[in-house]
Amino acid sequence: MEGSLTIWLAIAVMTAAAIFAVLLPLSRPVAAAESEMDVAVYKDQLAEIGRDADAGLIGAAEAEAARIEVSRRLIAASERMAATAGEGAARRRRLVAVGAIVVIPAIAAVSYGTRGHPGYAGQPLAERQRAVPVPGDMAGLMARIESHLAANPGDGRGWEVVAPVYLRLGRIPDAVRARANALRILGPTADREADLAEAQTLSAGGVVTAEAKAGFERALALGAGHPKAGYFIGLAAEQDGKPEEARAIWAKLVAEAPADAPWIAMLQAEIARLGGPAVAVAPAPAAVVAPEIRAMVDGLAARLASDGADFDAWIRLVRSYAVLGEADKARAAVASARQRFAGEADKIGRLDGLVNELGIGGS
Amino acid sequence: MMSPEVGHFALVLALALALVQSVVPIWGARRGDAALMATASPVALGQFAFVTLSFVVLTYAYLVSDFSVENVFQNSHSTKPLIYKISGVWGNHEGSMVLWVVILTLFSALVAVFGRNLPLTLKANVLAVQGWITVAFLLFILKTSNPFARITPAPMEGRDLNPLLQDIGLAIHPPLLYVGYVGFSMSFAFAVAALIDGKLDAAWARWVRPWTLVAWIFLTAGISMGSYWAYYELGWGGWWFWDPVENASLMPWLAGTALLHSAIVMEKREALKVWTVLLAILTFSLSLLGTFLVRSGVLTSVHAFAVDPERGVFILAILVVFIGGSLALYAWRAPTLKQGGLFAPVSREGALVLNNLFLTASCAAVFIGTLYPLALETLTGAKISVGPPFFNWTFGPLMVPLMIAMVFGPFLAWKRGDLAAVAQRLTLAFAAAILATLATYAVTTGGPVLAPLFVGLAFYVIVGAILDIAERIQLFRAPAATSLARARGLPRAAWGAAIAHAGVGVMLLGIVGETAYKQETIVQMRPGESIAVAGYDITLQGLVPVEGPNYRDLVARLTVREGGVDAGTLEPAKRVYTARAMPTTEAALKTRGMSQLYVSPGDPGTDGSIALRFFYKPMVLLIWIGTLVMMFGGLLSLSDRRLRVGAPKPSARRVAAAVQPAE
Repeated sequence: MEGSLTIWLAIAVMTAAAIFAVLLPLSRPVAAAESEMDVAVYKDQLAEIGRDADAGLIGAAEAEAARIEVSRRLIAASERMAATAGEGAARRRRLVAVGAIVVIPAIAAVSYGTRGHPGYAGQPLAERQRAVPVPGDMAGLMARIESHLAANPGDGRGWEVVAPVYLRLGRIPDAVRARANALRILGPTADREADLAEAQTLSAGGVVTAEAKAGFERALALGAGHPKAGYFIGLAAEQDGKPEEARAIWAKLVAEAPADAPWIAMLQAEIARLGGPAVAVAPAPAAVVAPEIRAMVDGLAARLASDGADFDAWIRLVRSYAVLGEADKARAAVASARQRFAGEADKIGRLDGLVNELGIGGS
Repeated sequence: MMSPEVGHFALVLALALALVQSVVPIWGARRGDAALMATASPVALGQFAFVTLSFVVLTYAYLVSDFSVENVFQNSHSTKPLIYKISGVWGNHEGSMVLWVVILTLFSALVAVFGRNLPLTLKANVLAVQGWITVAFLLFILKTSNPFARITPAPMEGRDLNPLLQDIGLAIHPPLLYVGYVGFSMSFAFAVAALIDGKLDAAWARWVRPWTLVAWIFLTAGISMGSYWAYYELGWGGWWFWDPVENASLMPWLAGTALLHSAIVMEKREALKVWTVLLAILTFSLSLLGTFLVRSGVLTSVHAFAVDPERGVFILAILVVFIGGSLALYAWRAPTLKQGGLFAPVSREGALVLNNLFLTASCAAVFIGTLYPLALETLTGAKISVGPPFFNWTFGPLMVPLMIAMVFGPFLAWKRGDLAAVAQRLTLAFAAAILATLATYAVTTGGPVLAPLFVGLAFYVIVGAILDIAERIQLFRAPAATSLARARGLPRAAWGAAIAHAGVGVMLLGIVGETAYKQETIVQMRPGESIAVAGYDITLQGLVPVEGPNYRDLVARLTVREGGVDAGTLEPAKRVYTARAMPTTEAALKTRGMSQLYVSPGDPGTDGSIALRFFYKPMVLLIWIGTLVMMFGGLLSLSDRRLRVGAPKPSARRVAAAVQPAE
């Protein structure tokens, strides 16, 4: 490959340069230089004593004494002899030269060889974004959409497209922001109000906050019988400690729903959870699941993936999967929950009961 | 060509060259072989080139968001502003270690280039010792903290930099601090080289001083900037917390300050040789210790360190080898060094010895306060924390006599001084101190009883420094023209010393003002409400959300009126960085003279109100201005002619070729 050829060339040139740095001084004749640094310093000190004496900083007698002392040292320093060059200089140079040629590449080879990836070129982000995206490369697509949105924050459609993906990735705060932007830019509809409120609920860990509840109510005002809004209003009632009210809201929702509405099954599961009677409606075919239900369930799954401490939420997730006819996912969720609550016998017991009830045992 | 692999390979080659540098020159020095000694310079330059190349490659990877490099993935984000992409390079462990070595090799390269008039043997030994340090740190980087580790496939987005670190102050703080830390490696290398050679004289001290001074100036700048960063970024309103990280940089500073002063004695009088060498070793040891404390994670938790000890143990090994090795060498060789001139206790030397004693004692106090909790936790598992009171009660009392002596020192003659005569010359300084104390008592109400005395001490230090210069140029005693001529003729080191000493006084003034007279109010405010703080009327206009490039702010918009006149707005903010959903606090400042009004926002309430914390800090800016003055004094001293006296100049041709050191 062309890229890897370049890197090998670079490695060769750099190694040569390193060896050259050692060989160069060896090849040059060096005059045996003996410095007389001390002499310079002492001469300078003498001058300074003179300056200080002139400035009146030291007395005449002290200056004289100092002068004598420094002069004595000056003479001693001048008499110091140069070190004589040792024997065998040529042999030593050869040794160092050969050592440099052998040792430097050897160290480099051993150290880089064990840790380096010479065939792996750099991956600047801009180049990769220009490249054709690999199908299924979710992260790549997201990065493109995000940079597009960063440049065009007024693109409401873009925010609407990216929001459910954020939910699925568990990036709840980003989902809230995207939903809010879409609502602000494109104007309120029942769907957008409910979507934002749903994201807010997820970001509050599944609690329907006052803010979110207001959003769902706006959604219901814009479109009566909006299923998602209705579901969450019911959930809010349940969380307020009014399960009967929740059951009533959901039952009404089911009763008024078109018979083939895909979310009926899920609502019935919820009603059953609260101990209410099943509301008779024909069960919907599992294959057609409305996107909002999907998003709700996936959002729940995403939340549990990041923070799985809420046992009841796990139960709800398993139920939802079972109702949607996705037994595999339900079993996987049961397995995760078992792992998560391995030490707690009562919860494992409840999980076993749930598996029996839903008939998703075995694999 | 800018493949991360090039950077990796350059680091490896630098290691190979560092090994050559640690062996060949010193072998040459032992044998008196000039050719071998001459390899030191080009090899040092080569190392600098390779390490710099790898740093540039790493920086490039940050700039183009190359997330195939794990370090970039962990510490950067494609939407981050350009400057923080760059500062992100050293905002993390691996990158900061590369920067450390860049600076280390830079100093070696400077010795290679500007050290032409150094004795060849000394230069070879110094560079060899630098080579040992470089080898140790390059091995550390390559073995435990490789910044060029790769990921396949490369992630599409990075994990951002710690948002607290996204600040211009912190972007330049570490490099300054590192130049300081690493700069002391020069004094260390010179000390060890002298011990190996058994030759230690005035020339040696003259050579060490500029390097120490450079390191000291940068360390001062680094500490000062770190303190200012903590002041306005952390939102706590304090400027020094006696935090172990801060102490880690303060310890080498104290030892380095002592080293600077003892080097003067050695240069002028050839006294205190052995002590100076010890200080040089200790100063760099404390720099290494600072690196260890901050880098090993031992500070956050001894437990975390024990769980993942690879890095910590490696640094600990470096610490043991270098500190233990140099101290052993010291114990073995120091007795062979000849002691220099004698002096009476009351003399310039005596004052400098006193300075050294107090500085090292205060350094020891900080050392104990910082390490004792760690040692205790390691040995018994008990977690204690040594708080500011310990430091205030040990460090503070040590500083007072130091500052009193600091003013006397420059007035005393070398060898034997006359204390009474000096005290007489300092009459004005004493008078200023008493006046300042009385005036402070008269003007202020409340505040600690001792505070005015410290104001007096600050004025004594400042006026004393001015008197030092006045005395030297015989101001008002000689004709003005003579004084002017003397002022011009005065060595810049003398100016530098006086100015740096005055800087200490200025800083003390700021510290006293901030500590003793600050006002603090915490209120829960609703939009439209007002509060009066230190003569300002502040009204909360509202809470405004603001979208930043990679964060979201909730800005509390405050309008400030002073005596009924509009005095601008303050906009403190609660900030959330989106990528990490990490909240931070952005304080807002308003400066009046040297004093500051400081607003730090708390959490917004559900009813549209927000908690706001107001501080009024009189004279607080003087703390940092004082350090700037100290640095300026250091710079003046660095530019002094005598530091640049080079080798003898046998011919005009050599003179032209000789390059001046240490600039």
